[in-house]
Amino acid sequence: MSVSYQIVVCAGLAPDPLQTLEPVPGPALKNELALPAVLDPWAAHALYEAAHLAKSRPGSKVYLVALAPKAKLQQVMMTVAQKLPFELIALDGPMSGFADAAEVAAALSAAVSGIAGLDRERWLLFGGWESATRGAGATMQMLAERLGIIDQFLAVDELRVEEDGSLRVWERVEGGGHQVSLCEGPPAMLAWATGRLPEPVNNPQIGMANMRGVMPALQRARPAPPLGGGIEYRKVALPAQQRQTRVVKDAAPEEIARELAAWIRE
Amino acid sequence: MRATAIGKETQTLRTLPGDDVRQILWRFGDRFDLQMLVQSVRAVARGPVARAVANGARHSHQWTKEKDDLLREFDAAGITSVFLDPEFGGYLAGPKNLALALTAFELAWVDAGAATASLAGCLGLAPIHERGTPEQKAEYMSRSAPGGDRTPLRGAFCLTEPIPYVGVETGLLSGKVRIAEWREGQEPLLHVTKRGRFITNMDFAGFVTAAVDSGDPKIHGSCMVILEKTDAGVFDPGAPARKLVHQLSSTTDPIFDLTVPASRIVGGYTIEDGVVVPNYSHSEIIEAVFRRTRVTVGLMTAAKLLSAVEPLIRYHRERFRGGESVPPGSPRFELGLQQREDVLHRLLEVWSTGEAAASLGFSTARLFDELDPLEREKERVLAAQGVHGGTALFKALRKRQPDAIECLTLAAQPAGRRNQERYDALAADPVVRFLALDAQANVLCPAVKLWNTGHGANVLREAVSLMGGYGITEDCPGFLGYKWMDAQLEATYEGPEAVQRRQLSLTMTNEVFLAQFKLWIGEMRRIAARYPGSGACALATAMELWLWTLNHLQKATDAAGVKLYSGNRQGVTFPLADALCWLLASRAQILDVVELAEQGPSHPVVSEGLEGLQNFFTDLCHAQAARAAGEVGRICAELVFGYRRHPSWDAEGDYQGCYQEDELIAIESLVPGMSAWTPDMIREDGSHASKAGPCARMDGLHDFTRLRAKLDGCLTGSLLARDRAAHALAHVMIPQALDYPA
Repeated sequence: MSVSYQIVVCAGLAPDPLQTLEPVPGPALKNELALPAVLDPWAAHALYEAAHLAKSRPGSKVYLVALAPKAKLQQVMMTVAQKLPFELIALDGPMSGFADAAEVAAALSAAVSGIAGLDRERWLLFGGWESATRGAGATMQMLAERLGIIDQFLAVDELRVEEDGSLRVWERVEGGGHQVSLCEGPPAMLAWATGRLPEPVNNPQIGMANMRGVMPALQRARPAPPLGGGIEYRKVALPAQQRQTRVVKDAAPEEIARELAAWIRE
Repeated sequence: MRATAIGKETQTLRTLPGDDVRQILWRFGDRFDLQMLVQSVRAVARGPVARAVANGARHSHQWTKEKDDLLREFDAAGITSVFLDPEFGGYLAGPKNLALALTAFELAWVDAGAATASLAGCLGLAPIHERGTPEQKAEYMSRSAPGGDRTPLRGAFCLTEPIPYVGVETGLLSGKVRIAEWREGQEPLLHVTKRGRFITNMDFAGFVTAAVDSGDPKIHGSCMVILEKTDAGVFDPGAPARKLVHQLSSTTDPIFDLTVPASRIVGGYTIEDGVVVPNYSHSEIIEAVFRRTRVTVGLMTAAKLLSAVEPLIRYHRERFRGGESVPPGSPRFELGLQQREDVLHRLLEVWSTGEAAASLGFSTARLFDELDPLEREKERVLAAQGVHGGTALFKALRKRQPDAIECLTLAAQPAGRRNQERYDALAADPVVRFLALDAQANVLCPAVKLWNTGHGANVLREAVSLMGGYGITEDCPGFLGYKWMDAQLEATYEGPEAVQRRQLSLTMTNEVFLAQFKLWIGEMRRIAARYPGSGACALATAMELWLWTLNHLQKATDAAGVKLYSGNRQGVTFPLADALCWLLASRAQILDVVELAEQGPSHPVVSEGLEGLQNFFTDLCHAQAARAAGEVGRICAELVFGYRRHPSWDAEGDYQGCYQEDELIAIESLVPGMSAWTPDMIREDGSHASKAGPCARMDGLHDFTRLRAKLDGCLTGSLLARDRAAHALAHVMIPQALDYPA
């Protein structure tokens, strides 16, 4: 049974987590927002899984719903748009882990609801289980609830479409194990962990085709409703830095291994 | 932009400039196709290419599987097809000079050999792209496009002059073409023999565009021919060159002995009186090709200079960390070598040279993008007037030069005060516009190649030295040692420095270019008025000094009465060409920073932190402009004075020109203090001051000395700018690790 899907992927941006800024000497904060922005890594896994699924299911379509500062989103699109064909729905909003999950979910819900022609029989809602912007890890569940999607899967590492169209889902659980569930079919929400399929290589021809839709979408991106209005932050502090570095010269590998094992056991 | 000393409230650089800033500086903020290309190429450069270099792929001359795999990465990322038009499988429409420049820049950021490998395919196709027949274009462009599982046809470019003229005299060729067979009413078959030397891409090339000379009275002149691996005869890639640099590209000494149809002559041919006459000589084709590709080579060195900044800052800061006597939080721990002014100043020179080189290179690439369609339009217009190639074209263009100069002059006048009707007519004339741009391109292209690679290689040595002993190890972050050595090849291939200087010595005296140059002086003064801290004023004065010197040298003779500015006096023309390059690079850098000042505030990302960034870039411009002015002042002074004979105590005329002691006593009694202004005096007993001779006279050179003195004064404040920029270097935030393995 060959099924095609409408895969709606929700994503935000994050400062590149593979980079971190060398603190400026003297009393200054390091400003991670000065780092280049990338698609939030968890959401990126969701997008790439969507790309592979859509490619294997002819007739499928991917929608990318992104809530982020428009200008930064445009830069990120220069890479992401080369990886898979998609339609962008852009919301102009902040790039911050301090935004409230319920408000973000509300904004995303409005945007997803505005997509014309969504068919619940073919609809999969993808997103990141977590976020690299200190997210609460709750946005996707709240969004699914708002959209009336009952089948929800968290920390997904694999999705397999069975012959009868049902979805077999691997969710990450404690101890490196997975909980495997069988879902009848769409609509379903999958909040991805890292997934298992590779990041598609850049293809400029896909990028050029995507850009015909991406640039207008960015131009007409509506400002997201103000976020954080209902929240009062009593205190904000930098996370405490812990440094436990010792310089040991000429240690034997066995000795290092013993010490590491002891530390892990602790 | 400002010109003040460091103040507590002065904003300074927060982080290293990112893509948003570069897009404004290099003017592709509105070109999302190019922005995507940059990201795509970067992913390959900082991924597979960097891993290959880190794994030691450069340690072999042979074309290994690891290197060959990179070709597939290039195909998948669109690097192979960047040169192709959409109808032939490419994805970028229109001129591609800036696209190729950005591609080379991104690859060379990690490894210039990879850049060469990718671009050599374009070079192989370039003769066909520039001068090929429609059939040749369709055939070879389409087959060169990657698609699906099909391996694209890869090309190589084979020029090779006979030894010992390699790289110096492109008018002489090593290959020969003869008629192999010519049956009545059929197309001739050609026998092509050629031995190439240092030819890139041969290990995997499926076709070669080779320059050959006629070895047969039935073929006229020279031409380029397309040779395919499957042609009858010998297509031997030859032995790999044992090069020390660019090892990620394939370089061999190939041998060809092939029979091909005459339809393989690039650009086609006609038959005149039983003789095959190629439509284009090999030199006409390579002129069209090299004038574009040399710009990308110059940008490779620029990329390497800029790529050195981040690893050097990190190395300097972390130099003493980990030592027991350097506790965290101490200045020595936090700043390391950056506590010392010398390290900061030398790194600034690396950075500012890189910025100027990139600005010069990218502005030239953009100029060629503008020139390409105009060149075709010019050919169409002149062809309609019955003017085709060769001498007739040259004469027709020369005749229109006054119009181009007039157009430039009118363009510089305020709209209300010029003859608008005349200006509109000239500005709309494609031939006039072509002449104006072409004159610039003929100077800027060799300038990019010469200054970026030649001076750039010297500065890269400085970058390596700033990394200490680490710099000349394989473990050096950013592969700086490799980059330094690679720069020497960039200064050599596609025409070494002497070739570029020779070309400049001819093109920089073009009247249209000089008219443009005079306008640029005014442009720099106007910029200086708006942005006084940019160094534009010092640069304008240096430009005036250079122009004065050129005019002077074109008329002056040496002590023996021999003309100074002539083709054979390379001691005159070459340094003057070098001086011009310094000016052009600094001007391009200033123009880019002005663009940032004007576009940055309205950019949603760049506007945040713009003031500090702008201050830093302005100071960098100022320091570079002063450096350029200093070089120009030195070169011009040497040329103006160096060929004059120094006065001697023994020469009668020189001796008689000096004041006698009694004369000076008499003058002093009339004008007290006057004797202090006289340089030389002969005493009553005939003795004189103990020195080489009477001081040199400045007859006819007062304008020069006035300009030179003015230039010296224009350097005021430039080292304050350098100090401010150095302060910024010690405080800028950098990532904690490079974004590619090294």
